[in-house]
Amino acid sequence: MIAHAIVFYFFSLIAIVSAIMVTVSKNTVNSVFFLILDFISISCLFIMIGAEFLGMIMLIVYVGAVAVLFLFVVMMLNVAQQKNEWFNSTGRSSHIPIGLLVSIIIFFELIIVIGGWKYKPDLIDSIAIEINTELTNTQSLGSVIYTDYVHLFQLSGMILLVAMIGAIVLTFRQRSGVKRQSYFKQISRERKDGIELIDVENNKGVKIDV
Amino acid sequence: MFSIGLGHYLTLAAIIFTIGIVGIFLNRKNIIVILMSIELILLAVNINLVSFSIFINDLSGQVFTLFILTVAAAEAAIGLAIIVVYYRNSGTIRVEEIDKLKG
Repeated sequence: MIAHAIVFYFFSLIAIVSAIMVTVSKNTVNSVFFLILDFISISCLFIMIGAEFLGMIMLIVYVGAVAVLFLFVVMMLNVAQQKNEWFNSTGRSSHIPIGLLVSIIIFFELIIVIGGWKYKPDLIDSIAIEINTELTNTQSLGSVIYTDYVHLFQLSGMILLVAMIGAIVLTFRQRSGVKRQSYFKQISRERKDGIELIDVENNKGVKIDV
Repeated sequence: MFSIGLGHYLTLAAIIFTIGIVGIFLNRKNIIVILMSIELILLAVNINLVSFSIFINDLSGQVFTLFILTVAAAEAAIGLAIIVVYYRNSGTIRVEEIDKLKG
């Protein structure tokens, strides 16, 4: 039990510190790296409390895809050198104390809710899907999402498809002045498009319009 | 202190949620950090769902976390695409200078 506590405090301390560093870091690239560290430590916590599949999926999806996407965009847009200025912002910076006040209020509201939260006595009866301890976490999740939640599963696939199409459509740019090979134009080209036969009169020559 | 219960995980989630909100409020640099703060908030929600799922012994919380992961990935992709398009059009993504709708 003590080992569990030590590991929990270790990973959660890393998670909190790196979350703070994400927001206050001077360099955007460093923020992305701390975001990766945050995701890794939270996924370690997930694995520790018995949600192995979600921990691994967090690693794959967040660290492998989302954080790398952030890193690509940060490097592509060349904003890494824009200095973080919210500590010494010029003029009209009244949003900082208000923001801190609102955040502190939200935090204490959450803490009050957590502290006052109790199990209702009949909560155990309202369990939707009980965790089967004989199966592994991945097995039990798989047996649920392909049967009870299959519509939501298909729908999330549709959401990913729409996101993919949307991202491609948004960032697609038709450049003018770039010569591209068009297979359709190549194949549909016929003899009369390319060759013209002209009778050349004697001593006159031919004027060629290109 | 040494027996880690549901309250510890919920407190961790609350702290990370609050840090995400502070990041949204206080950031003046660029909008990418705001997107990262939104990712932190979604992470805190995921922690809540998974810890409730484990401690109540109900699997449906983990299923919902899976779907939240999907939606978060889609949201990050679309948001970053919008940021790229905005940068291409106006040359800046500083939060203070994004005021075209100000009138």
